[in-house]
Amino acid sequence: MKKTMGIALAAVLLASTAAKAQQGEIKVGEINSYSALPAFTDPYRKGMELALKEINDAGGINGKKLVIISKDDAGKPAEALTAANELISKDGVVMIAGGFLSNVGLALSDFAKQKKVMYLAAEPLTDAIVWSKGNPYTFRLRTSNYMQAAMLAEEAAKLPAKRWATIAPNYEYGQSFVAVFKDLLKKKRPDVEFVAEQWPPLNKIDAGPVLQAIDAAKPDAILNATFAGDLVKLVREGNTRGVFKDRAVVSYLTGEPEYLDPLKGETPEGWIVTGYPWYSIDTPEHKAFLDAYQQLNKDYPRLGSIVGYSTVKSIAAALKATDDHSTEGLLKAMKNLKVSTPFGDIVYRAADHQSTLGAYVGKTALKDGKGVMVDVVFKKGPDYLPSEEEAAKMRPAE
Amino acid sequence: MEFLLVQALSGLASAASLFLVASGLSIIFGVMRIVNFAHGAFYMLGAYVAFTLTDRFAGPLGFWGGVLVASLVVAAVGALMEMVLLRRIYHAPELFQLLATFGVTLMVEDLVVLIWGSEDLMGPRAPGFTGAVSVFGRLVPSYDFLLIALGPLVLGLLWLLFHRTRWGVLVRAATQDREMVASLGVNQKWLFTSVFALGVFLAAFGGALQIPRTTVSHAMDLSIIVEVFVVVVIGGLGSVTGAFVAAILVSELNAFGILILPQISMITVFLVMAVVLVVRPYGLFGKPEGAPRAAAGISIRPWRPMTNLERSGVAAVVVVVALMPLFAGDYTLSVGSEILVYVLFAASLHFLMTVGGLSSFGHAAYFGLGAYGAALLVKYFGAPMEAALVIGPVLGLVGAVLFGWFCVRLSGVYFAMLTLAFAQITWSVAFQWVEVTGGDNGILGIWPSSWASTPQGFFWLALAIVVVCVAALRMLVFSPFGFGLRAARDSALRSEAIGINGKSTQWIAFIVAGTFAGIAGALFAFLKGSVFPETLGIPTSVDGLVMVLLGGIETVSGAVVGAVVYKALAIWLMSKTELSKLVLGGVIVLLVVAFPKGIVGFLEDLRHRRPKAPGGAGSEGAVDVAKVEAAR
Repeated sequence: MKKTMGIALAAVLLASTAAKAQQGEIKVGEINSYSALPAFTDPYRKGMELALKEINDAGGINGKKLVIISKDDAGKPAEALTAANELISKDGVVMIAGGFLSNVGLALSDFAKQKKVMYLAAEPLTDAIVWSKGNPYTFRLRTSNYMQAAMLAEEAAKLPAKRWATIAPNYEYGQSFVAVFKDLLKKKRPDVEFVAEQWPPLNKIDAGPVLQAIDAAKPDAILNATFAGDLVKLVREGNTRGVFKDRAVVSYLTGEPEYLDPLKGETPEGWIVTGYPWYSIDTPEHKAFLDAYQQLNKDYPRLGSIVGYSTVKSIAAALKATDDHSTEGLLKAMKNLKVSTPFGDIVYRAADHQSTLGAYVGKTALKDGKGVMVDVVFKKGPDYLPSEEEAAKMRPAE
Repeated sequence: MEFLLVQALSGLASAASLFLVASGLSIIFGVMRIVNFAHGAFYMLGAYVAFTLTDRFAGPLGFWGGVLVASLVVAAVGALMEMVLLRRIYHAPELFQLLATFGVTLMVEDLVVLIWGSEDLMGPRAPGFTGAVSVFGRLVPSYDFLLIALGPLVLGLLWLLFHRTRWGVLVRAATQDREMVASLGVNQKWLFTSVFALGVFLAAFGGALQIPRTTVSHAMDLSIIVEVFVVVVIGGLGSVTGAFVAAILVSELNAFGILILPQISMITVFLVMAVVLVVRPYGLFGKPEGAPRAAAGISIRPWRPMTNLERSGVAAVVVVVALMPLFAGDYTLSVGSEILVYVLFAASLHFLMTVGGLSSFGHAAYFGLGAYGAALLVKYFGAPMEAALVIGPVLGLVGAVLFGWFCVRLSGVYFAMLTLAFAQITWSVAFQWVEVTGGDNGILGIWPSSWASTPQGFFWLALAIVVVCVAALRMLVFSPFGFGLRAARDSALRSEAIGINGKSTQWIAFIVAGTFAGIAGALFAFLKGSVFPETLGIPTSVDGLVMVLLGGIETVSGAVVGAVVYKALAIWLMSKTELSKLVLGGVIVLLVVAFPKGIVGFLEDLRHRRPKAPGGAGSEGAVDVAKVEAAR
């Protein structure tokens, strides 16, 4: 019966006859949770495709065509590692990129360190990936947990509210976001106290009892970090129960179209959120992106589209910046690399490998039965990051 | 005081949602003894179809009509599945239906995204139930009151259906003795189809009723399926009333638990189940089952050690596999190492399930404990790989000693669910104890020593360990201990009469299986270079079950083949397509229909159909054993 095992292994072997690298191509590997989180990854992929088309239409990377090989990780770190392995040892990519979940990002970052390959983390929000568990091989594009917490804490400090309650999904993303927010808000407002906290499991919030428990503590303001299905349950239940009435709510990521649009007519008004108001950004670089995106896709962009687009633009910028496409060469090119994105120019900081991508902060409102962001302000990334010297101290010694 | 009352009301509403879904599963589970993994998928389908209908037809009639029509449509789909798929495999070994419904679940998860798109969908609120009612000055949604009323209503209707109609009487009779009902001239095929359709109707109804509360998405099924199973088991198999009480117990404990410990939600249901099953081995309202059916019940061919010819065949295969690093590429080798790890994991589960007759739904606990054991040694004690590989699995052993002692006191599905509860408790410790385990961010930097850090080196290391361990497990099967274990599996009374202590024999088997799973886990940690709580999670346990069932539960080493086929297919599909779940699910369903005894079981059937050479393997003694096994 072990013969079958041999046959199966041989089948795997045949399937892995390495695709021959064509002349005039540069291959980059990309991994994301395509099957597990399509609500984010569909627009993300469309953003990537647009950037790829623009780059190759304009002559590629110094005349060579940029090719991106995408793999699915099913939302699991172990599967992501299998995919990364395939990209590097079979497909012969020069670097890897992508990731949505923080633990997938961390697994890939540790893999990159071990195999000495460069990894550009696209979406993972965890601060650990550039700070406490940072390594020389990993860079991160997305505005981090810390940065967005700092932006929201700044707005929260302006509120009269003194008693705060928090609701966040029970995993690292929620835990570290709440911790940073608390810390930064207390620094600005020593008179603030946190009177209640709820940690529902991801995708399994029992919204009624959770909100009732928050309500019982009589907070002046609520901090929310739930998203997707949990957010909808929370909003619907909270609206009906009147828990959000006469209370300020600061809500993380809620302004992203991925999470705001499903709320439709039940969007609560006046929540302070981070997000992506694609309909009211007037900068020329965003307008150009929006036109091109809508022409290609007949759909409006989500935040995932921005992340996918900017990831590919960052990859292209790094590959263009140097002719040495070895890992060493790319790592050198990434440091202080300047990239143009729909949110303006960003720089990958040399000290902690974090990009200076900013974020939009605004208030939720209802317009024609749909949720939108109003009073939008763009917060620049560098203003909400610790200085490079401080950040470097948070990283493990190399 | 008022606050506590309102909190209790909120808990009741959650309980009603849970019960509506659980009632359907309780009926299917209780009457047909099918572990219907697809129940969550039908729940999700109910919500999707109801979304489409209520979105199209507004107004009270549109909404309530939509909810009802959606439930009926999905029930029809369920009946169809029962007729074309499940009917073919009723005579397959127990749990095989789990494999079939698991395949269907995988397919549905991808299909709903293809049909309804990737975005989360928000349905309308229920007309007439959009507002809130003031209770002691606090607002409680009126929809909550509707749900609270629906729970007992459904319970009452089901009771009437089962006790006051001819159909119900026949169903209860068929539950007790299928053959007797059939010989009385009742078409039990249609009886079972209608029971299944009713169960699916209730699942879809429960899903459709969720659309005024949440969004419809492709992950809905996973968020409910396990909890619903747990509720059914806490209540006791076959007891709808039990499921009702269990749903209330779980929901209320959760509603009040979060006031003291906000993180408790993650684990409430499993804690309740562990306590209930330890105190009451058959759930709250369950009755002790009759003679427990053995997991490997219908094998009529006796097991025998391999002949010398077969041994040399296996040795030749091992040599060929061992030569692979000389010509295969790095990626092939690392995939090969991963498959080898799963071969050992599946083989250890197979030992417990087939030889011990104990189906574990939580075997990932010991795999994960082994992985964490190795990772913690490296992280906190700077242990080298060699030491971590030896000492790491001890954590798996300790876990198996502790949990096994409680688990072997139960049997059948209750045993399976208690292993699941312990696995989930272990998972939550790894998830929540951030200071030590790193929480969901895991433990990084668990890389092999330099001599094994190349794909070739690690492949040889994995191959050596796995071959030795699988051979050891096989030798155990044919050792006196293995015979004693099989005796305890086949007849508790007879084995006790000849002086075998059944419980302690099974406990030792549990420990053996847990330790070998721990070895696989420690290898896995070094293969991946990191450990995450998902190694302890339900999907890992389910993967193990699927491998064992696919290989063939009545064979001695089917799990080896099952693991190779399943893992190679899964990795290959993941790499080639984003619809890997759809294809993998489809393949599983086809395999289930084609090989109801598993792949190896099928091959053995083929081999034994050929006329035997005189004086060959089918000697006199073996025939006698065959008679004995057939007679049990």
